[in-house]
Amino acid sequence: MIKESSITTKRINHYSLTQTLSRDFKINKYKYLIILPIIVYLILFAYKPMYGIIIAFMDYRPHLGIANSKWVGLRHFKTFFNDVYFWRLLRNTVSISGLNILFGFPAPIILALLLNEIQSSWFKRTVQTITYMPYFISLVVVCSLVKIYCQSNGIFSQIAVALGGNAQNFLMNTKYFYPIYVISDIWKNVGWNSIIYLAALSSIDQEQYEAAKIDGAGRFRQMFHITLPGLLPTIMVLFILRMGGLLNVGYEKILLLYSEVTYEVADVISTYVYRKGILNAAFSYSTAVGLFNSVVNVFFLVLTNTISKKTTEMHLF
Amino acid sequence: MARSRLKKKTIGDIIFESINTIIMLILVFLTLYPMYYVVCASFSNNVELLANPGVIWYPRGFSLNAYRLAFRHPLVLSGYRNILIIMAVSLPINIVMTLFCGYFLASKNVFFKKPILAFIMFTMFFSGGMIPTYLNVRSLGLYDSLWALILPGAMSVYNSIICKTAIEALPDSLAESAYMDGANDLVIIFRIVFPLIMPTIAVLLLYYGVGHWNSWFPASLYIKDNYKLPIQNIMRAVLIANSNILNATATTETDKIDQFAEIIKYAVIVISTVPVLCIYPFLQKYFIKGIMIGAIKG
Repeated sequence: MIKESSITTKRINHYSLTQTLSRDFKINKYKYLIILPIIVYLILFAYKPMYGIIIAFMDYRPHLGIANSKWVGLRHFKTFFNDVYFWRLLRNTVSISGLNILFGFPAPIILALLLNEIQSSWFKRTVQTITYMPYFISLVVVCSLVKIYCQSNGIFSQIAVALGGNAQNFLMNTKYFYPIYVISDIWKNVGWNSIIYLAALSSIDQEQYEAAKIDGAGRFRQMFHITLPGLLPTIMVLFILRMGGLLNVGYEKILLLYSEVTYEVADVISTYVYRKGILNAAFSYSTAVGLFNSVVNVFFLVLTNTISKKTTEMHLF
Repeated sequence: MARSRLKKKTIGDIIFESINTIIMLILVFLTLYPMYYVVCASFSNNVELLANPGVIWYPRGFSLNAYRLAFRHPLVLSGYRNILIIMAVSLPINIVMTLFCGYFLASKNVFFKKPILAFIMFTMFFSGGMIPTYLNVRSLGLYDSLWALILPGAMSVYNSIICKTAIEALPDSLAESAYMDGANDLVIIFRIVFPLIMPTIAVLLLYYGVGHWNSWFPASLYIKDNYKLPIQNIMRAVLIANSNILNATATTETDKIDQFAEIIKYAVIVISTVPVLCIYPFLQKYFIKGIMIGAIKG
């Protein structure tokens, strides 16, 4: 067997590179043909914008194009670090994202654990189907619901008055922006995000539960000593990925919810990029700000990965 | 029997299960009520609703005016037309490109597969960011055209990996015997692979379809003409920005629209959301599988 295979390898090596290539193209010509549009697509819509990042180091003028615009080095980055809004933007971005991870990350895990404890399978399936629903509702609709409920004669005001508080427009109050953002995010995504944990739960060995029951462990102890450890690898991988997006706040949602009144707490780096770049046409400056955002993200991804590798021995790379 | 002994519930179990059931019921209520509220509001009488928009359990004074006006409004209609055009053109492109990419990535013994794979995967982790992407679309001459909403999202690498996994699960002998019969890769893709991975295709259609249907940000960047905006952007203008976009274009019915603007919102939400909500439960089994594949590969 070994001999034979070494002979074939030798024979293959006898072909020159051009012969191998021409044979490969002859056999696989349709495969190369079908991948061609995808390569063209990626060049046009993925790699060209990546190349476009270099305008962060230029004084880009649309009529001059990238080729003729002047290089300015790190000037835009320096401007951003000295921007009056720099610390506010960084603080808001980290706060919103941090709060969203703090409350939004455990929520689907808890939901999956509770769903897992439901005995009746039709009730479980019904709850699952219903909790997936908000994921399919568009952000525009979710945010308009938030807006309708938050208005001064809306549901939340009604509840607040019933509890002895004041009717007000909650969306215009800087105090409530973070809770509104985080809770509506959980509402939209908790069901969908629990799917992956439920999938991981189904692969836990059922005999462990039987054994635990014989040893007299109650439901809570089973949850903490069997279910949670079984989920840990999934949790860690998703957590590392989530931390890698620490500065990737859902800016589409913020754009829909914030207003000048709440800029103080709601304006984040990406919304600032949007206003500067799209609305004020400061292309180079906003590209530099966006690049700063990505670099910090990579930093956090690597950091979380390293910490996780040291403590739980689970890592992405 | 040992089995029945194990299944016997303790008091602790019963308390635990009751609390769990109550929590789940509360969750179900919190999930469904906002949508129920919108449906009730959309069938409500305008004046009665405006007077008291708080908690609603049933339509306040039944009326179909909201739907009548929404379905007659030119911008609402053009919004629907545009999103349907976008879906009709996008989805076939999405599916064919995803299928091609998945087929290529699943194929064996291709000399340049590794570099091409790296070339494709790289775009999953790095992107140009908002502004360079925006400038790129402008420089390609797609500004203020529906193509700006179709071409940049022609394929998702993530979805093509789902597709690749589905194709890899098919037996190799299928393609081999087809080659023997003289079929080429294109014939194999459309005649053999495509029908066999139908469940995956359905999920991909759901992912892409919901993505297009719910997207608003690209259109807000690239579309200037109000009559080219998809329905989500019309809703955004009416619901979020409180713009008088609907009034500005209605001529004879201005007063009517103004009076009913509040209630049209709800009707538009219902007619834009219900189609998606009717489809996803049927595909639930499949997209759960899709998420698992994505989790393993990603």
